[in-house]
Amino acid sequence: MMSKNKTSVSRRGFLRNAVKGSAAAAAAACTTVVAAPPEANALVRPPKPLPPDAVGLLYDSTLCIGCKACVTACKEVNHMPPDVGPAQQGWNAGGGDKPIYDSPVELSAKTLNVIKAYSHGTGATKDSAENGFAFIKRQCLHCADPSCVSVCPVSAMTKDAKTGIVNHDPSACIGCRYCVLSCPFGVPKYDYNDAFGEIKKCQLCKQQLAKNELPGCADVCPTGATLFGRTEDLKAEARRRTALKVGEYAHFPRGDIAGKVGGPRSGHEKLVEAAYQTHIYGEKELGGTQCLAVSAVPFDKLNLPTNVPENGYPTLSEGIQHTLYAGMIAPATVFAGLAYLAHRNTKNHTDE
Amino acid sequence: MSSQAHEHQPLGGRVLTLPFLICAALVAIAGVILFQRYTQGLAAASNLNDGYPWGIWVAIDVVIGSAFGCAGYVIALLCYILNRGEYHPLVRPAVLASLFGYGLAGLAVLVDLGRYWNFYHMMLPWYAQPNSVMLEVGLCVATYTLVLVVEFAPAFLERFGIEGLRAKLNKVLWVFIALGVLLPTMHQSSLGTMMVIVGHKLSPLWQSQMLPVFFLLTAILMGFAIVVWESVMASLNFRRPMETPVLSKLSGLMLVVASLFVVLRFVDLIVRGQIGQIFGGPQSGWFVAEMALMISGLALLIPKANRNRSRALFLSASLLLAAGILYRLNVYLIGFTPAVGPWHYFPSVKEIMVTVGVFALEIALYLLFVKKLPVMHAVHPEHG
Repeated sequence: MMSKNKTSVSRRGFLRNAVKGSAAAAAAACTTVVAAPPEANALVRPPKPLPPDAVGLLYDSTLCIGCKACVTACKEVNHMPPDVGPAQQGWNAGGGDKPIYDSPVELSAKTLNVIKAYSHGTGATKDSAENGFAFIKRQCLHCADPSCVSVCPVSAMTKDAKTGIVNHDPSACIGCRYCVLSCPFGVPKYDYNDAFGEIKKCQLCKQQLAKNELPGCADVCPTGATLFGRTEDLKAEARRRTALKVGEYAHFPRGDIAGKVGGPRSGHEKLVEAAYQTHIYGEKELGGTQCLAVSAVPFDKLNLPTNVPENGYPTLSEGIQHTLYAGMIAPATVFAGLAYLAHRNTKNHTDE
Repeated sequence: MSSQAHEHQPLGGRVLTLPFLICAALVAIAGVILFQRYTQGLAAASNLNDGYPWGIWVAIDVVIGSAFGCAGYVIALLCYILNRGEYHPLVRPAVLASLFGYGLAGLAVLVDLGRYWNFYHMMLPWYAQPNSVMLEVGLCVATYTLVLVVEFAPAFLERFGIEGLRAKLNKVLWVFIALGVLLPTMHQSSLGTMMVIVGHKLSPLWQSQMLPVFFLLTAILMGFAIVVWESVMASLNFRRPMETPVLSKLSGLMLVVASLFVVLRFVDLIVRGQIGQIFGGPQSGWFVAEMALMISGLALLIPKANRNRSRALFLSASLLLAAGILYRLNVYLIGFTPAVGPWHYFPSVKEIMVTVGVFALEIALYLLFVKKLPVMHAVHPEHG
């Protein structure tokens, strides 16, 4: 009896020390985690590069005339229902329960692409932040390192290895809406009014691309404000545009920048009337996106998040996850230790 | 072995008491609302929207509810891993509370899932997306619920006299006890990791690579607090002697964990250069409230005499529990701002009633089980 007590006391002492030791180690680890610069931080995984043949869109706000042909084309090509905002319901109810006019004001489960307007003061001058107005196109940006793909527990959200298009498969989806929560750009949407609602987002008209046809929005854009192409080509085009000077004439292509998808189209010459911002939206944001935007008005005024890091957030969350659960070695080791202690201690408890 | 059979006793007494009936009525109300939710969609019963796709059904029912379920985790850790036999009387009630906490958190997930009929995809390897923190949480929670069923099974087997199976189960119980400590450590910290990916949308007061550490600490703290809380409540309601000597030891541990949380929280804010956010930054009031609850709860436990006073213990457990609840609510809802556009969220009355129903079901089942099954430690004359 005495010897048993003795061993249990020393074991307790050992355990107490072990707990103290691991607490100290944990505290030290915590301090390094928060103190270390991101690049040296063990809990960060490297960013994912864009596939070399990634495709996307370049939206040029200065070319956009706000005709919303892209919104309509997107609905047609993707068989999406009309969307009537609450403010339009009074006059837009139509004869029965069907609205007569599609009037989306924001991305939703019914609208994968929308043109929104910025206005300030008198709103007299196009592409002016002061007393002016400007347009912005909202749709999925197809991130290099997408949060929605990283969070999806059932692989419903996937990124195509070749085209980089972020696809959604409703037949796999459990409707947890973690993609909606995590998207840094507020893109995926869910239909809360449907008992069997689906997540909806732009998939870059992959069904059109499969037929060598353009995505609906780029296909119908009359000014080339929405231009389709390889992201690398679009990036070069965006750099050319942001370097243009006011008063210069420049050529602006339409459709596919390479002139292949959807057949060759004529572009047009146009006078540069407003100075471009040097910032190419999507070039660096959150690891870069396949869809880019240029504008004469700062992007924060166009309601796009600009205070974001240059690496996607999955580098942070997967970094933690991959460190703690690499090869399941740590959990297995902890389990072995716990099982050993539980085995020994429950035996003692039953003996007593 | 046979002496153990008398360690726990059903409390007995009437099942259909007023509290039980009130709980049953609340469950029925939630049922009616859920009928609407399943026939007309989430918007018919909730204010959930694309800016706030997760509301109280996730933040309270799952994230906070599962922390309530950490009673079994911390007591198993103390009792079987650290070999502190003195906590043994607390094991069964704690495991039972955990079983309902987790079981109903799992049920609440089905209420919130937009495509609930596909929920089993989480378990199928060919759908698995190993980078997903949610997958890890989902699998851990599902497995842990099964583990809790096994951990609680001895009470069932004892009640119905299935001694053979009970003896067999006792031989392998250590495996489940080890799992029952490992799994909550994993998924409770991961509940914090889950919000790391929302990045700038979570206020710098809460957004940190330390989120998993803070969630693990609040899980342990809330586990301790709920044990104290539940023990005092059971003593008062069922007219049993207070378990103050055991609880006072627990409260010492609560003091350590709560202090560690507060210190690490401030260190984290200082290291990230966000300490200024406390003073007048957006949502700073919620941070102050969270810290005030935490610090007042732990301050109550600093004088050793207080740890032997059941009132002080109860008050401190309540404050620390509230602090943990508010911390988790801050991370999942209050500190969160959607990426684009003005969105608003406040839970609808129906949404609140569903959450109330989930907790009411938990209480009703707990009352039923402690009366009918040997859950509570038998009260021996020498205790009284």
